[in-house]
Amino acid sequence: MSEHLTAEQKREYWAYNLRLVTILLVIWFVTAYLISGLFAGALNRYTFLGFPLGYYMAAQGSLIIFVIEIAVYARLMNKKDLEYGIREEG
Amino acid sequence: MSLRKIFTLYTVSFLVVTVLLGIAEKAFGLPNRWIGWIFMGLSLGIYIVIGIVTRTSVADQYYVAGRNVPAIYNGMATGSDWMSAASFISMAGSLYALGFAGLAYVMGWTGGYLLLAVLLGPYLRRFGAYTIPDFLGARYGGNAARIVGVVAAITCSFTYLIAQVTGVGLIVSRFIGLDFKVGCFVGLIGVLFCSVLGGMRSVTWTQVAQYIILITSYLVPVVVLSWRIFSVPVPELMYGKLLQRNSARAVEITRDPQEKATRAIWQTQADELAAKLKAGDFAAGEKEKLTADQKLAAQQAKAPAASEEAKVSNYLAVPTGNKMWNFLALTFCLMVGTAGLPHILTRYYTTPSVRQARTSVAWSLFFIFLLYFTAPAYAAFARYEVYDKLVGTRVADLPRWVTLWKPAGLFDVVDKLKDGVVQFADFAIKSTDFIVLATPEIAKLPFVITGLVMAGGLAAALSTADGLLLTIANAISHDLYYKVIDPKASLVKRLAITKALLVITALIAAFVATFKLAIIVELVAWAFSLAAASFFPALVLGIWWKRANRPGALAGMLLGFLLTLYYMIGSRFFGVSWFGTATIASGVFGIPLGFLAIWLVSLATKAPPIDVQTFVTNIRYPESGKRVAPPTFGRKDPAMGGAEPSAI
Repeated sequence: MSEHLTAEQKREYWAYNLRLVTILLVIWFVTAYLISGLFAGALNRYTFLGFPLGYYMAAQGSLIIFVIEIAVYARLMNKKDLEYGIREEG
Repeated sequence: MSLRKIFTLYTVSFLVVTVLLGIAEKAFGLPNRWIGWIFMGLSLGIYIVIGIVTRTSVADQYYVAGRNVPAIYNGMATGSDWMSAASFISMAGSLYALGFAGLAYVMGWTGGYLLLAVLLGPYLRRFGAYTIPDFLGARYGGNAARIVGVVAAITCSFTYLIAQVTGVGLIVSRFIGLDFKVGCFVGLIGVLFCSVLGGMRSVTWTQVAQYIILITSYLVPVVVLSWRIFSVPVPELMYGKLLQRNSARAVEITRDPQEKATRAIWQTQADELAAKLKAGDFAAGEKEKLTADQKLAAQQAKAPAASEEAKVSNYLAVPTGNKMWNFLALTFCLMVGTAGLPHILTRYYTTPSVRQARTSVAWSLFFIFLLYFTAPAYAAFARYEVYDKLVGTRVADLPRWVTLWKPAGLFDVVDKLKDGVVQFADFAIKSTDFIVLATPEIAKLPFVITGLVMAGGLAAALSTADGLLLTIANAISHDLYYKVIDPKASLVKRLAITKALLVITALIAAFVATFKLAIIVELVAWAFSLAAASFFPALVLGIWWKRANRPGALAGMLLGFLLTLYYMIGSRFFGVSWFGTATIASGVFGIPLGFLAIWLVSLATKAPPIDVQTFVTNIRYPESGKRVAPPTFGRKDPAMGGAEPSAI
């Protein structure tokens, strides 16, 4: 158990996690449902790498963003663990 | 040997064998049928060997692969566990047919991993159970939540399993000419060997091996095709140019007088068939064929752009109004369903630590991304091939891939105007599966690559079937039998029951698959909505809200599940329609209801016991020094069952 953490540290750790998760989910929502969904039609007027932009975002852009988001989450949370002295790896 | 060495050696040997077969094909004219047999025998052989090498009778190994699968390997295993026969063979085809609207699948089946990563994966690993119903049972207490979990897990997984077995049957019958029914049972050998001998441990390492075959065989044909057309081997970058070009061609085809005449003939035929069907003017047993013919004719009569004035093709047009609502709703259901399917969630029990569980979700999505990122390229290249190379050729002088694949019955070329020239509407598509299957031929690759694609499709179907089968068997043997019926059952007895169940479930699935029910494909899509509405709210609130209690969870799971089921059956068969939502997106009502019910009922009833609340707070923080040592495959491997008596 992570008993060595004080109540204050636990609160901070969790608040950090909540903030991170909220930001990631907002980006996720905007990417998938607004940019690649509702506004894709409007974006299709522009082109990117030869793709209509709306199509590009739904077929590739959003996927790339999802991959980056999860990688960022894993990296930041794993770093946070070490900062708080949680060392599963021993 | 280290894992990295083993899998590098494996990949290299597989490529060497492929090249050798290619040489044999060129030099000695090795017949196609033989290549098919060799690929099937070889890949099944590998899976069986892995099953034997990693066999185990230790509970932790059998249920969660000893919790020592490193993040990157768990990522690959999740990738092939996730990507099914449908992703491998049919998704590019759906994108070909649906255009932009089909991208709901691409986004839905990847975006769900973010929900899994931040809301569920690491916490499930921290909790460390064996199955998903196990978590529900421990978190909410009592057997009721566990049993509802078992029922939902079996419902979702079983329909999905039948589809995989059907996929195996189709691949085997198409490539090596075995009877479809025989094919279904052949596939079982590959699946059962792993799951029975070594449970999750064998399934994990087989899935890693299957991922490597799957992704290689998916990427090679389209990369070569991109090289042939653009001299750049990155199809994902190049197909943008084709989209614009295809769109312009689609508009031309819509305006072309010859094309209009062809479509008119199809339209007349469609109308006649519809009238015939309506009047009931046909012999018994003919109905199915007539309906299919009518559907085909109506599909062929459709122009590839909305009207002659349209500036872009239907393929690029973004849906509006009700269609946009359905696009968003489907994306949402697929995303939440992805994060709620038990066979995927259990994979995150197998990593050595919470931090590796986090990293592992990232790897999982990356490996899945490689395929989903490429699928739209397949579709665009195929459109280009049809618009630019097939349309306008003489019927007597069709491209090679058309002549080769026509006998398979996936498409036909019908010269409706009898002018000896192929119009776009003359190319009658019965199943868009031809796209992935025929791309090696389109890219002018030797047949050996087609064989590789077969091995890839087989790997995709078998790996998913493995995961599903294990989920079903464990839900019954671990959750229902051990936890509910006989908590004193010995490990030997429990494993014996699991193994028996694996065989029985697999046989039932194969038996059902031999009927080739048309509804199966639809049922798979339903599984996502059902998983989304039943598991997702109870899992998320169980982890994130300590006030969530047993009555709340039960109400949420049951109401979510039942409402989704009601809307599915109602909209599919009885004309129920809320906001014009399609059956496939039924979960869009059940998911919010699930959350709402858990929230309201939990608040209206007593808070869960204080130890449960402490437990929920504790899973927020990973524990120090809890990493599990990496696996070894030597003789002295404790996982082979040193302490426990072997049940094999």
